Amino acid sequence: MSAIIERPEPVTVASTEPLLAIRGVETYYGKIVALRGVDVDVHRGEIVTMIGANGAGKSTLMMTICGDPKARTGTITYDGMDITGLPTHQIMRLGIAQSPEGRRIFPRMTVMENLQMGAALVEPSHFDDDLRRVFDLFPRLKERITQRGGTLSGGEQQMLAIGRALMSRPKLLLLDEPSLGLAPLVVKQIFEAIRELNRNEGLTVFLVEQNAFHALKLAHRGYVMVNGRITMSGTGMELLKREEVRAAYLEGGGH
Amino acid sequence: MMAVTSANTSPGARARQEENRFAQAVRDAAIAAFLAGVLSFFFIGFRTDIAPGGLSLKMRWSAWITAIVVVFVGRLLLNLFVFNRTWSGSSTKPRSATVSERLPDLGKWLLRAFFIFALVLPFVAMYFFPNRDRQFIDIAILIMTYVMLGWGLNIVVGLAGLLDLGYVAFYAVGAYSFALLSTHFEFIGFWTALPLAGMLAACWGLVLGFPVLRLRGDYLAIVTLAFGEIIRVVLLNWYEFTGGPNGISGIPKPTLFGLEFARGEGSFASFFGLTYDPIHRFVYLYYIIFLLALITNIVTMRLRALPIGRAWEALREDEIACRSLGINTRNTKLTAFAIGAMFGGFAGSFFATRQGFISPESFSFIESAIILAIVVLGGLGSQIGVVIAAIVMIGGTEALRNLGFLTYIFGPGFDPVQYRMLLFGLAMVIIMVWKPRGFVSTREPTVALKEKKRIGADLVAQGEGH
Amino acid sequence: MEYFLQQLINGLTLGSIYGLIAIGYTMVYGIIGMINFAHGDIFMIGAFISLAVFLILTSILGFAFLPVVLLIVLIIAMLFTAAWGWSVERIAYRPLRGSFRLAPLITAIGMSIVLQNFVQITQGARVKPLPPQVQGGITLIPPSEITGGISVQLSYMQILIIVTTVVLMAGFTLLITRSPLGRAQRACEQDRKMAALLGVDVDRTISLAFVMGAALAAVAGCMFLLLYGVIDFYIGFLAGIKAFTAAVLGGIGSLPGAMLGGLLIGLIEVFWSAYFTVEYKDVAAFSILAIVLIFLPSGLLGKPEVEKV
Repeated sequence: MSAIIERPEPVTVASTEPLLAIRGVETYYGKIVALRGVDVDVHRGEIVTMIGANGAGKSTLMMTICGDPKARTGTITYDGMDITGLPTHQIMRLGIAQSPEGRRIFPRMTVMENLQMGAALVEPSHFDDDLRRVFDLFPRLKERITQRGGTLSGGEQQMLAIGRALMSRPKLLLLDEPSLGLAPLVVKQIFEAIRELNRNEGLTVFLVEQNAFHALKLAHRGYVMVNGRITMSGTGMELLKREEVRAAYLEGGGH
Repeated sequence: MMAVTSANTSPGARARQEENRFAQAVRDAAIAAFLAGVLSFFFIGFRTDIAPGGLSLKMRWSAWITAIVVVFVGRLLLNLFVFNRTWSGSSTKPRSATVSERLPDLGKWLLRAFFIFALVLPFVAMYFFPNRDRQFIDIAILIMTYVMLGWGLNIVVGLAGLLDLGYVAFYAVGAYSFALLSTHFEFIGFWTALPLAGMLAACWGLVLGFPVLRLRGDYLAIVTLAFGEIIRVVLLNWYEFTGGPNGISGIPKPTLFGLEFARGEGSFASFFGLTYDPIHRFVYLYYIIFLLALITNIVTMRLRALPIGRAWEALREDEIACRSLGINTRNTKLTAFAIGAMFGGFAGSFFATRQGFISPESFSFIESAIILAIVVLGGLGSQIGVVIAAIVMIGGTEALRNLGFLTYIFGPGFDPVQYRMLLFGLAMVIIMVWKPRGFVSTREPTVALKEKKRIGADLVAQGEGH
Repeated sequence: MEYFLQQLINGLTLGSIYGLIAIGYTMVYGIIGMINFAHGDIFMIGAFISLAVFLILTSILGFAFLPVVLLIVLIIAMLFTAAWGWSVERIAYRPLRGSFRLAPLITAIGMSIVLQNFVQITQGARVKPLPPQVQGGITLIPPSEITGGISVQLSYMQILIIVTTVVLMAGFTLLITRSPLGRAQRACEQDRKMAALLGVDVDRTISLAFVMGAALAAVAGCMFLLLYGVIDFYIGFLAGIKAFTAAVLGGIGSLPGAMLGGLLIGLIEVFWSAYFTVEYKDVAAFSILAIVLIFLPSGLLGKPEVEKV
C-alpha cells in the first residue's frame, strides 16, 4: 500500500480558478484525525470522483466542505469565497447541494415534502419546473409522490436524495456514495442521470465512491484517498489504468 | 473571518480591530440590556399587590431602569474582560485538559486534606470562632448531609447511569421510618432505628425500581420524579399515620451509648465531668453524619472494585452489550436502586434526629433537584466532585445569611437570604454552561492492567441508562 | 348523568389548558430531545404577564370593554412570554447543544428554579387573586326533580377557553403541516444534520420552537388566570408536570397527541376529584404518567421509539 503514494499530477484546465478549491484541510473528530491535509480542485462543468476504501475519510471530506465538522486547518474556497468558517446552512445557501452518506431521507415526510424541503431556498416560482425536471430524471419518484420517505426502497431513496439536492438548483452537487447498497441496474440508471445532468446542464459534480469502476469511468478527473490523504490523482481513465488502483479498488475488495 | 489573520497585521489595523471589538461589545451589551428590559418590564417595572378592593398595581420605573443599566454594564464588562478570547476568531481547538488531567493526583492529595480538615472541623470552629461555632458546625452538618446524599445518589446516577429525579423519596422514607418507629416504640433509639430505616428505604428502592426497569434516560427521570411526588402527596394526606402537613415532632435526639446530650444526671456532660454546653450535641451530630458519609464513600469505593460495581459501570456504558455479556441487568439495576436508597434512608434518619421535627415540606422535588445538581455539577461518578459541589452550592448559598452588612448599601428592607434559591438556580445554569461535565471530569479506571490511565470525560457514557 | 356531564365539561376545559402547555413540551422534545423543565414556569410567567397587562389596561388606562381587553392581554402576553421562552433557550440550552446529555437537564432545572424565584422576589410570594371577569353562562340542563336538583352549566369562561384552544390548535396544526416554516420544524425534528444541509438554519428553527411553545403556554397561563382567578409563583411546577404527562400520554413529539393527552389528563383529574378524593388527584395524574411510560412508552399517537444504540 505504501508504495502507491505519489504527488498529484498537475491537471490541465482552463485558466479560470476552480469552483471549489480545498487546500490543506485537516479535520478532527475530538482528538481523532480524519483528514490529514487534503488538496482537491473541482472546476466548473466537471465531474470529479474520489475513490477510497471504507473509513478513508471520503464522507468526512464531503461534510467538511459543508462545514460540519469544520476544518481545523486549511481553507475551502467556493466560487472565490472563503467558506471555511461559515455555518452549514449558510454554505448550502451559496449553491452547494449534497446527497449525503446514508441518503438521510426525512422518513416521516412524503416524497413531495422531501422535495419541497430541497427547494426551501429557491424562488417558489421555479418549483414546478424543477419538480418536472426531477420527475423526468427519476420517473419512479412521481409514482411515489404521496408515500412516506421511510417506506421507499433503497434505490428510490437514493433517487429522492439526489432529486432533493437538485431541487435547490445547485451549482455544485456533492454526491456521497450514490451507488451504496443498490442493485447494479439502479446504479447504472443513477450514474446515467448524473452524466446527463452534467452534459445537458453543465452541472458540476463531485462524488465519492467505493464503486470505483463506474465512478471513474463517469468522471473527468479522479482522486484516490487513503487514510485521510490524497495519494493519487489524474483523469478518470488514467486512474482506471493504474495497476495500484486496479489492485486495490477493482479486483480485490471494495468493489 | 477577519479576525483570523490578526497575527500579522499593522498596528493601525490592530487599533481599528480593537475599536471594532469594542463597538461589537457595546452593541451586544445593548441588545442584552434591551432584552432584559423587555423581560423584566412586567415583573420589575410593575408589581401587583393585594389591596383592599382587589389588586393594586405599583410602578417601579427606577428599579426597572436600574435593572437594565446593571445588565448593560455587566454584559459590557463580561464582553470586554471575560469573553475576550471568543471575540478574536473562535478556535475550534478543545481547551487543553492539563488542569483536569493533573487533577487526580491533586485530587488524592486534596482528598486527604479534606479528610483531615473535616475530622478536626468542629474543634477548629470552636477554637477560632467561639461565638459563632454553633452556626459553623450547623452549616458543616448541612453540607455533610448533602455530601452523603450526593454520594448515595452517585451510585445510582454516576455509577449505574440511572437518572433518578425522585431520590428525595428515600430520604423521606428514612426520615419517616425513624420518626414513626421512635415515637411509637419507646425502646427504639437512633442507633437501632438507623439500620431499620436504611433497610426500609432499600425496600422502597426495590419497589420503585422494579416497575422502571425498562425505562431509560429522560423517561426514567420523569417517572422517578413522579414517584417522589406521589410519596410526598401521600405523606401529606395520610393524616392518621404521618400527621399530614403538621408532620411529626418530638423525635428523640441521638445518644452516645445511652448518654443523652442534656443537662443533669446521666448525661454526656456529667459522665465525662464536663460543664454542660449545647454545642456538644452539635459536635456529636457532626461526627455522626461524618461517619455515615464516610461509610457511604467507603462502601461505594469497595463496591466499585467488586463485580457488581463493574456491572454498574458497564450498564451505564451500554445496556445491550451488558445483556449480551450475560450480566443480569435487572438485578444490577435493582441493587443500584436499593443501595442508593439505603444511603438516602440513613441520611433521612439523621435528618429526622437532627431536626427533631419533620413534615412533607422538607421532601419536595427541589431537594431531589439539589441533590442531583450536586452530583452532576461535581462531575458524574466523582466522589471528590460531590464534596466540592456540595461545598460550593450549599455553603455558598448558606453564606448569604452572613451578608447582613449589605443592608447598609441596599437599605433595611434588603434580605440576601431571599435570593438564596435564585442564586442557586443561576449557579446551576452558569456552572453547567461553563463546565458541562462538572468540576471533576476525569476519572480513574476501577480496574487496570499494570498502570492506571485516566479516562477523559468524553469517553464516559452519560448516565442516561443506555 | 347530569353530574357526569358537568364534570365532562369541566374536564375538557382544564384539559384544554394542559393541552396548550403540552404542545411546548412535545415540540421541544421532538426537536432537541430534551425535557424543557422550565416550560411549566414559562406558563406561570405567562399568567403573571397576563395579570399585569390586565391590571394596566383596566385600572391605569381605563379600558372597560372586556373582549378588547382580553384580546390585548392575550397578544401582549404571548409576545412577552415568547421573549422569555427565547431567552431561556438562548441562555441555558443553546450553549450546551451537542454536549453531555445530562447538562441541559440540569440547566433546565436550574432555569426553573431561577424563574420561580425571580417571580417570587419581584412579585411577592403571596397568591394574586383576580375576581372573575367572564361571568354567566348557558344552562344546558336546568335543575329539576329528575336530575336531582343538579344542573349542567356551560359558562362563558369555559366556552372562551375551549374556543380559543380549538382556534389556536387549528391554526397551529395548519402552520406545522402546511407552511414551509412548519416543514422546516419537522425536518429538524427528523434529521437536524440533513436539515442544515438543505440550508435550514437549525438554531433559528429550534429557537422558534421555544418561541411558539412559550406563546401557547402564555395563552394557557392567561386562561388559567381567568378560570381560577388565583395565581402564584409556584403554579408552573404542577401544571408543568401534568402537561408533560399529557405530552407523554399522547405520544411525545406528536401535536395532536399533546392535545389529546391534555384533554385526557384534564378529564382524569376532574373525574378523580369528583368521584374519589380531591387530595389524591395529583397522585392519579402521576400514576398515569408512570403507567403510560412503563407500558406504553410511545404514547397513544406517538411513533414507536427507535432503539438508540
